[in-house]
Amino acid sequence: MKYLIFTLLFFFVFSTEAWETDTYVFPDEVTETRYKSLVKELRCPKCQNQNLADSNSPIAADLRREVYNLLEQGKSDGEIVGFMVQRYGEFVLYRPQVSSLTYVLWFGPAFLLLIGVMVVVQILRKKPVKKETIVLSDEQKDKLAQILKDK
Amino acid sequence: MNKIIRFIPLILFISLGIILYRGLALNPQALPSALVGQKMPEFVLTQLLKPKVMLTEKDLVGDIKLLNVWGTWCVYCKYEHPYLVDIAQSGRVALYGLNYKDDRDDARQWLKDYQDPYLFSIFDPLGKLGIELGVTAAPETFVIDSKGIIRMKHVGPIDGKVWQEKFLPLIESLEKELVAGTS
Repeated sequence: MKYLIFTLLFFFVFSTEAWETDTYVFPDEVTETRYKSLVKELRCPKCQNQNLADSNSPIAADLRREVYNLLEQGKSDGEIVGFMVQRYGEFVLYRPQVSSLTYVLWFGPAFLLLIGVMVVVQILRKKPVKKETIVLSDEQKDKLAQILKDK
Repeated sequence: MNKIIRFIPLILFISLGIILYRGLALNPQALPSALVGQKMPEFVLTQLLKPKVMLTEKDLVGDIKLLNVWGTWCVYCKYEHPYLVDIAQSGRVALYGLNYKDDRDDARQWLKDYQDPYLFSIFDPLGKLGIELGVTAAPETFVIDSKGIIRMKHVGPIDGKVWQEKFLPLIESLEKELVAGTS
């Protein structure tokens, strides 16, 4: 038990935002929240699957600084995201915009679910096969009785 | 009819398998550049070898320009360097450098040690122009046409094969455009 508590404490210590190595000072809490959500939403262009907040690659650090600067300049979230997309393409968005290219991505799962529901409904609506009541003839009954007796 | 329906899941599975299998062959690092077809972004930065000279996008002159992003910290830049020297000597394109997130003295030493193929290098220690250009790492090379429009972005080192297959066809078509434009 003691060890368990120790181990849990250990995890707790290291899980508290270990990634935040930049020391940006924000004028107010709203800007800080916006910054944090932006660096979580934006993907690091060099890394395969990390957002700007998680990555410690130099380019991610630069882009975090850029996000901070843009926030300081009073840019809106939309403008900041637009700034990134203009330079790095839609790749930087973890939630891609809905366009003809991303229809499959956005609506594919719902479409597959719909197919699944349709299949299930189809199966459920099938009339159950009638159970035939099987009746043994006299001869078979005798035979059965004989077999059971021999046992 | 029923028999065909039974095979539908198998067919779906196989086609999905083929799509995903082909996906394995794609290079996830190769991103389409958002800047192709756009104007070279504006910048004001110093020249690497002459810290007092300020450069802007207007200083990049030439009919066909190559802007090569490099740094002394970048391993593949060393690999592609001899090819860049060859390209510069061919005189077919104007080769400029963008010294990206580097130390000025280190970069100078590098050019002294390995020969300087660039007409000049832009010194961008903070990666400001890098961000404007959507640079993710070095080496990257941009092809810019006579009107200052970015026509191609190549991520990764240039070598003989890449030059033959990726750059030469574009340069040839740009040269044709130029001839058509002047006549």
